[in-house]
Amino acid sequence: MPKIKKKSSLKPDQIIKIQEICKSFDNDPGELINVLHKTQETFGYLPKDVQDVIASNLKISDGRVYGVVTFYSFFTMKPKGMHPIDVCTGTACYVRGAEKVVDEFKRLLNAKVGETTPDGKFSINCLRCVGACGLAPVVLVGDKVYGRVTPAGVKNILKEYQ
Amino acid sequence: MENTIKITIDGKVFETSPGKTILDVARANNITIPSLCYHPRTGVLNKCRACVVEIDGFKGLKESCGIPVQDGMVVKTTSEEIIEVRRMTVDFHLSNGEHNCLSCERNANCELQDMAYDLGIERPVFVNEETIVPIDDSSEGIIVDRNKCINCGRCVAACNDNVMHEVIDVGGRSIETKIIFNSDLPLGESTCVQCGECVQVCPVAALTFKNAKGKGQIWQLEKKETVCAYCGVGCKIDMYLKDNKWVYSMGTEREWEDQPNKGMLCVKGRFGFDFLDKEDRLKTPLIRKNGKLEPATWDEALDLVASKLTTIKEKHGPGAIGFFASARCNNEENYAMQRLARGVVGTNNMDHCARLCHSSTVAGLATTLGSGAMTNSMQEAHKSDVILITGANVTWAHPVFGGVIKRAVRKNGVKLIVVDPRSIDLAEIADVHLKQKPGTDTAWLMGLQHIIVKENWIDKAFIDERVEGWDEYVKSLDYFTPEKVEEITSIPKQDLYEAARLYATSGKGSIYYAMGITQHSKGVDNVRAIANLALITGNFGTEGTGVNPLRGQNNVQGACDMGALPNVFPGYQPVTDEQVREKFAKAWGIDPKSMDDKIGLPVTEMVNQAGDSIKAIYIMGENPMISDPNINHAREQFEKLDFMVVQDIFLTETAELADVVLPALAFAEKTGTYVNTERRVQISEKALNGPEGAKTDTFILAEVARRMGDASFPEDAAILHEEMRQITPAYHGITYKRLSETNGLRWPCPTEDHPGTPILHIGKFTRGKGLLTPIDWRPPSEIIDKEYPLWLTTGRLLEHYHTGSMTRKSKVLNGLVPNGKVEVNEEDAKEMGIKNGDMLKVTSRRGSITIEADVTDRVMGGVVFIPFHFAEAAANVLTNDTLDPVSKIPEFKVCAVKVEPAV
Repeated sequence: MPKIKKKSSLKPDQIIKIQEICKSFDNDPGELINVLHKTQETFGYLPKDVQDVIASNLKISDGRVYGVVTFYSFFTMKPKGMHPIDVCTGTACYVRGAEKVVDEFKRLLNAKVGETTPDGKFSINCLRCVGACGLAPVVLVGDKVYGRVTPAGVKNILKEYQ
Repeated sequence: MENTIKITIDGKVFETSPGKTILDVARANNITIPSLCYHPRTGVLNKCRACVVEIDGFKGLKESCGIPVQDGMVVKTTSEEIIEVRRMTVDFHLSNGEHNCLSCERNANCELQDMAYDLGIERPVFVNEETIVPIDDSSEGIIVDRNKCINCGRCVAACNDNVMHEVIDVGGRSIETKIIFNSDLPLGESTCVQCGECVQVCPVAALTFKNAKGKGQIWQLEKKETVCAYCGVGCKIDMYLKDNKWVYSMGTEREWEDQPNKGMLCVKGRFGFDFLDKEDRLKTPLIRKNGKLEPATWDEALDLVASKLTTIKEKHGPGAIGFFASARCNNEENYAMQRLARGVVGTNNMDHCARLCHSSTVAGLATTLGSGAMTNSMQEAHKSDVILITGANVTWAHPVFGGVIKRAVRKNGVKLIVVDPRSIDLAEIADVHLKQKPGTDTAWLMGLQHIIVKENWIDKAFIDERVEGWDEYVKSLDYFTPEKVEEITSIPKQDLYEAARLYATSGKGSIYYAMGITQHSKGVDNVRAIANLALITGNFGTEGTGVNPLRGQNNVQGACDMGALPNVFPGYQPVTDEQVREKFAKAWGIDPKSMDDKIGLPVTEMVNQAGDSIKAIYIMGENPMISDPNINHAREQFEKLDFMVVQDIFLTETAELADVVLPALAFAEKTGTYVNTERRVQISEKALNGPEGAKTDTFILAEVARRMGDASFPEDAAILHEEMRQITPAYHGITYKRLSETNGLRWPCPTEDHPGTPILHIGKFTRGKGLLTPIDWRPPSEIIDKEYPLWLTTGRLLEHYHTGSMTRKSKVLNGLVPNGKVEVNEEDAKEMGIKNGDMLKVTSRRGSITIEADVTDRVMGGVVFIPFHFAEAAANVLTNDTLDPVSKIPEFKVCAVKVEPAV
C-alpha cells in the first residue's frame, strides 16, 4: 500500500488514540465505517492526517478511507463549531420553510452550509428528518431541539449561545 | 458435474462450459453486448447497466456480465426495454461533463462513442454544464480529464486489484462522485507510479497518455506484439506505431491470462521506448583515426575488425581475444557471438554481464541442485503459503512481478517475509521484515536454519529421500546461534525466530532473491545457504515452492542458455567435454582441434587481464564503463588494449573508448527469441525499421566471421535458432513455429511434442540428490572503519534501467527521475547535519562522486544507498571490485564509504 511521505500534523498521543480505536475493531478493514464513527466522535472531525493513520492501521489505501469519508454526509473533514447547528431539510420541514431558516442562519453567521464560523463557535449543516415532523421546521443546536422555527426566530436562537 | 451446457441467445443455441457468464458466451459467438464497466481484466463491477439482457424466468433486466450460464437458459440481448435502458445510460453519461469527439484521443476507439453510435444518439437529452472541471495535467505520463469520465470503476479495480498500487479510488457522492488519487491529490503529487494500467482499461478518454497526445488516432496506428526490452519478467507488449515510430505501449491482451504479464506493464514498458527514435542513435560505423572516432563504411569497419582480430590471433593466440555478449541481445545474437568466439577465433573467453548479476546463482545452484535457473514460475506465487524475499526490490526492479507478490499477500493471504536493509515497498505489507547489515546474508540464512533444525521443523522424509551432505552441513550450523546472528547482522533474535517459524511451518514456501544475495564476494555462499534452507524444508518440485533467482534483464537467462559463458556451450554443455566439442565442431563444419578445450576467462578477469594476456575485446550491447565495479580501474584497463570493438545502439561511455564502433539494431527492430526469468522462451517479431545504416547483430557477427574465413556462418535469426536447437537438448523441442503458436515454452523442452517444464526438480534433482553445503561465516571484504564509517549498497530505481542508455533518453522516465540521489537515513543525516537536497561528496577507497541527498527512513541507520544508473554520479566509481572466489562476481552490494558536504 503506497504511503505518502509527509510529516503528520498529529501529536503522538492523538496517533495512539486513533491506533487504539482501530485496534478495538481488530484492525479489520471491514470495520472501517465503525472506526470512522468512533474516531469522529473522539476528534470531532476526520482530517486527512487522521484518515492516513486509520488507513495504515487497517492496511487499506488512503484513497479508500477518503472515499468512504466523502461518501457519507455524516462524516466531515472540517471541524464542527462549538455549537453545531443542524437544520432539518427533510420533506415536512422543507415544505414548512426550512430553506428560509437555513438562509437566515447563513446570513447572520456569514457562513455557508458545511462551514464553520472563523471564531469556531458555530457550524451550519443540513440533515434529513429527525423524526419530529410535528414540530417542523426543526433545528438542532448541539443536542437541543427547536421546533416551529421561523426566519425571524433564528436571531433569538443564536442569542442563547452568544 | 456436466461439462457442457446449452444456452439459447437470441434464438440460437450455443454449447458452452460452466463457469462462463452470459456476456462471455455471447461475445465468444460474435453477439454484441455493450459494456462500459465490465472489462475482462477488471471483472464484474455492476456499475453501468449497459450489458443488460432479458433472461427467461428472471424478473427484470439482468447484467449479463455477472450472471453465470446455466443449462437451458434462454437469453434475449435486444428488446425495446433493453434499448431504452442502454439509451438512458449513454444519455446520462453524455449529459454530464464534456464529450467532444472531434479532437479526442480516443476518437474511433471509445466504448461510449461506440454505444452512442449504435443507439443513434446525436445529442444528449439533458445538459449539465455545472460539472465541467479542469484537466489534471500534473503527472509526467498520464492526462486526467474527469469531464470525459463515466465513473465506470475500471481504473479503480485495475489499480487496486491488478497492479496493486492502491492509488485510485472513488470519492464523493451523487453528482460529485469522481475518481480520486490518494486523498484527492493531483495525480502528479500522488503515490502513482505511472504504470498506465488505468489508461489501458479506461473505456473513454478520461485517462490518456501524454506522450501519445495528438500523435495519431487508432485507425492510423499499426499494432505489433513484442517482448519488453527491460527486466526479466518478459512482458508482452502491443506497440502502437505510426509511420515507423513508436507512439504508445499496451500490455498484450490477446490470451492475456497466459502471458507472463497478464496484460499489465510497468512505467518502463509503458513509456520507455522513445530511445528507438532518438537522433543520436548510431547510424554509421566509426573507426578511430588519429585518436578520434570518424565515420566509416561498413566494409572498411568490418574488414578492419576481421583483420585486426586475425592478426592478434596469429601473433598472440586465440586466447588474447575476449568477447562480451549481452543479456540485452536475443538468443540468436548470443549464440552467434559464442560461435564466433569458439568456432572462428577458437577461444572460450566468452562471457557477458550475467557475471555481474547472477554468476553466483549459476555457480551456487548448479552444484547444489544441478540447474542455475528459477525452479518455479512467477504466477505460482499465490499458490505458496509463505514467500521469502531477500535482496530483491521486486516492485522496482521487476515491477509487474511485484504486483503478483502483492496480490498473493493482500488477496490470497500468503505470508511474506522480507529480508532487506532497506524498507522496500514490499516490507510494508510483510509479516516480518528483517533488516540485516549489508554483507551479512550467510549469517541470517544459516541462523534461520539453525533454528529450524533445533526446533525440528525440517522435512525429514524429504531429506532422507532426496538430499545428501547432512552430517557435515549440520555441524556448520552450530556457529550460527540466534545470539551470534544478532551480533553479526543486527537482526533481533526473536524476529529471526519468527521468520524461521513462518517459513518452515506455514506450508509451501518459495524464495525469491536477486542481486542483494548474489553481488557479494561471498555470493556463492549466500546462494548455497538459500538452497540449504529450501532443501531442509522440502520446498522443491511442487507448485508454489522453490528457489527463484529473479533475472534482471530481458534476456539474461537466454544469454546464459546460449553459452555466452566461459565454461559452457549452449544448453550448459561443458567446453571441457571432448564429445560436446566434437558435436559442435561438426555442426559448425570445423576441426574440433581448433577449439579451445579449457574454460575461458570471465568478464571481470578479462578486464583485469587487459593489456597483459588479453589484447583485444569485442563488446556487443554492454556498457561496462557504467556497470562494472570500480570504473576508474576499468577505464585504465580498457585503455591498455591493442584493439577494442563495441557494437551498440548508442555511443555509450564504453563505445567512446573503442577503436571500432558498429551500429546495431535495437530489440523491436529485429526478430529473435528472448528467455524470461522463469525460463520461458518467447519470440519477438520485428515491429519497426531501425535507423538506416544500423544492422542486426547477427548480420554484423556473421560478416566478421566470413571475413575471418568461415564462409558458412549464418546471419538469419531463424537459421541460427534452428542450428542451435539441433545441438542443444534442453531447447530441442523449441521451434520458431511452436513459439509463434504458443505464448512461449519453458525449457527443458527436449522434443517437439514436449509441453515445456514450468517446475524443475519434480521427484528428482537435475544433479540427482540435492546437496547440502556447510558454510562458514566470512564478513564482507571491506569493513567500515573510522575513515569510511558508512556501508554503501547499490541498486536499481523503478524508473531507470541499468546504465540508463535507454531510460535516460525517455521523456517520461527521465522526467520522473532526472538525476540520482543518495539515500541517507534520517537519524544519520541529523547527526551529520545533512538536509534533503544537499549536495554530498561520497567517497570510497576507490574514488568519489558528488550526488544529491535524499534523507529518508527507507535505508537503515549506518547505510547509504545509491542507484547505479547515472553516469554523472556513477555508484560504480565507489564499489569494490573484489571478486567471489568461485563465481568471480564483484562485491557491488557492500563497501565502506564516507559522506561529507560537497564544496
